[in-house]
Amino acid sequence: MRYADLLSLSYRTVISHKLRSSLTALGLIIGIAAVVILTSIGRGIHTFVLAEFTQFGTNLISVHPGKTTTFGVSGASISTVRPLVIADVVSLSKVENIIAASPMVQGNARIEAGEKQRRTNVLGVGAAVPEIWKIKVVNGRFLPKEESNPRAFAVLGNKLATELFGTASPLGRRIRIGSDRFRVVGVMEKKGQMIGFDMDDTIYIPAAKALELFDRESLMEIHLLYKSNTAVERVEKAIKRSLIARHGREDFTLVTQNQMLKKLDSILNILTLAVAALGSISLLVGSVGILTIMTIAVSERISEIGLLRAVGAERRTIFQLFLCEALALSAAGGLCGVLLGITIVQILDAALPALPVELAWTYIVAAFMVSLLIGIAAGVAPAMKAARLEPLEALRAE
Amino acid sequence: MIRLEHIHRYFQVGEQTVHALNDINVTIEKGEYVSVMGPSGSGKSTLLNVIALLDQPSSGRYLLNDQPVTQLDDDELAKIRRENIGFVFQFFHLIPRLSAAENIEMPMILAGVAVKERKQRVQEALASVSLQDRADHRPDQLSGGQLQRVAIARAMIMRPEILLADEPTGNLDSKSGKEIIELLEGLNRQGVTLMIITHDQNLGDRARRKIRIVDGQIG
Repeated sequence: MRYADLLSLSYRTVISHKLRSSLTALGLIIGIAAVVILTSIGRGIHTFVLAEFTQFGTNLISVHPGKTTTFGVSGASISTVRPLVIADVVSLSKVENIIAASPMVQGNARIEAGEKQRRTNVLGVGAAVPEIWKIKVVNGRFLPKEESNPRAFAVLGNKLATELFGTASPLGRRIRIGSDRFRVVGVMEKKGQMIGFDMDDTIYIPAAKALELFDRESLMEIHLLYKSNTAVERVEKAIKRSLIARHGREDFTLVTQNQMLKKLDSILNILTLAVAALGSISLLVGSVGILTIMTIAVSERISEIGLLRAVGAERRTIFQLFLCEALALSAAGGLCGVLLGITIVQILDAALPALPVELAWTYIVAAFMVSLLIGIAAGVAPAMKAARLEPLEALRAE
Repeated sequence: MIRLEHIHRYFQVGEQTVHALNDINVTIEKGEYVSVMGPSGSGKSTLLNVIALLDQPSSGRYLLNDQPVTQLDDDELAKIRRENIGFVFQFFHLIPRLSAAENIEMPMILAGVAVKERKQRVQEALASVSLQDRADHRPDQLSGGQLQRVAIARAMIMRPEILLADEPTGNLDSKSGKEIIELLEGLNRQGVTLMIITHDQNLGDRARRKIRIVDGQIG
């Protein structure tokens, strides 16, 4: 039998039971559409989150105190970790290929400006922050470069400036952070939220002042910006050499933006995989539908199978006919499912711009392939049953 | 030519063994017109099924055109049926969702004949059973006599030399039955070996050679 005839016969059979075939395919359509939609949302969130993280640039390295290893004596019994201090920042900023370095101390404090009060996020940083985090000053200037004994200057986040001073210019105004007095020298541009952390409701003060304010001895982190055309491994090596020379041992941890992105990427991939798995459950249900219908089709058509065998169809031909029918059903279901899914994703994108969606083509192609596999898997058993029938017995069935 | 030598066929029915064919020896030459008659359960259907290669004898030799066909495997049997034997059944056995033309075409589709040749041969076959104007009708739109004519056209489409008919008029009124028999006899006159199984004495008597079978033996 020719393949063209096989296909056209299967098509004729599927078409002849329009309602039954479409209901059977519907199970698969829903399953495939679910996979397409869910993975598109997963992929959209993936892209969205990565974009949030890379808005600060990708050639960043942060230094954290303490070494994260699992061997050796517990740090709790003998603490040999030397804290990170501002002098470390000064020395790191001179390392080869490092463009800028900034200390980082973070806390929460009450701000008073005239009659108004507000609790907000306080970042103790260095003068290089605008360069490292790619964030601009819209009004005034940023903190001056004064590592030791800095003056009590403060720079306001955009939202904080509006909350405290309304439309009036905050430049030169005096504010109180905790119990200390500061003078406002600048306002930052609107940066928006970064995964729940409002960059605009923030105040920037010199790191040394923040250490005093929060009564800390050491920095929380050091942020470094390196030349983008340099290999990150080389920069890491140079930083380690410099810090080990100062501390006597490696009692710190380097985290590169790339490492962080890689970790994030793998987490988000698992998220997409998980939603794809959820969608696959409905695919499984769809495949049971095809199995059911094909089993019924074989028992309905026993005498037809007998006739085909009598007029010269080999067992192989009968097997192919029924398998091809299951495949036709699943391919049609898969195709409609993919189209429906893509349509819904596009409607979602248009109707809810806040929801990040992005068609995940690998998953869409995989879902279609899976639907074909389902057709084969669900079709094989009934097709084998049909092929095994003895022509004489099958002919007698009426 | 069909030659059966010492053909036995046993069936196991529960505890009992039924001896459906008991030492059948028959030779049917090419172009013969044979009727097989006998009461229900006499073994005439079993005989037809053995000749049709739908059933294998328990013992004995069956030569079809001097070729032994008792030891062939399933696919080889299917090929011989396709090329040598045409079937006409009491209940027509047409595929309900296909048109008359497509039902006639089916054995050629299974044999892998080219599309162009298929269409031409179907047209000729439809003309030979006077159903040109019913080509696109489905079986549920045709009368009993028309259905059997479609079945005969299908049986002859591969140009087999043997035509086996099992009660071909059993489900038809007498007028359509007569037309069908005349159609079959016409094919016989063109050289086709015709073998008809029937209950109907008048029908059986029309054949030039009459085989009577009782209790699995030729009487």
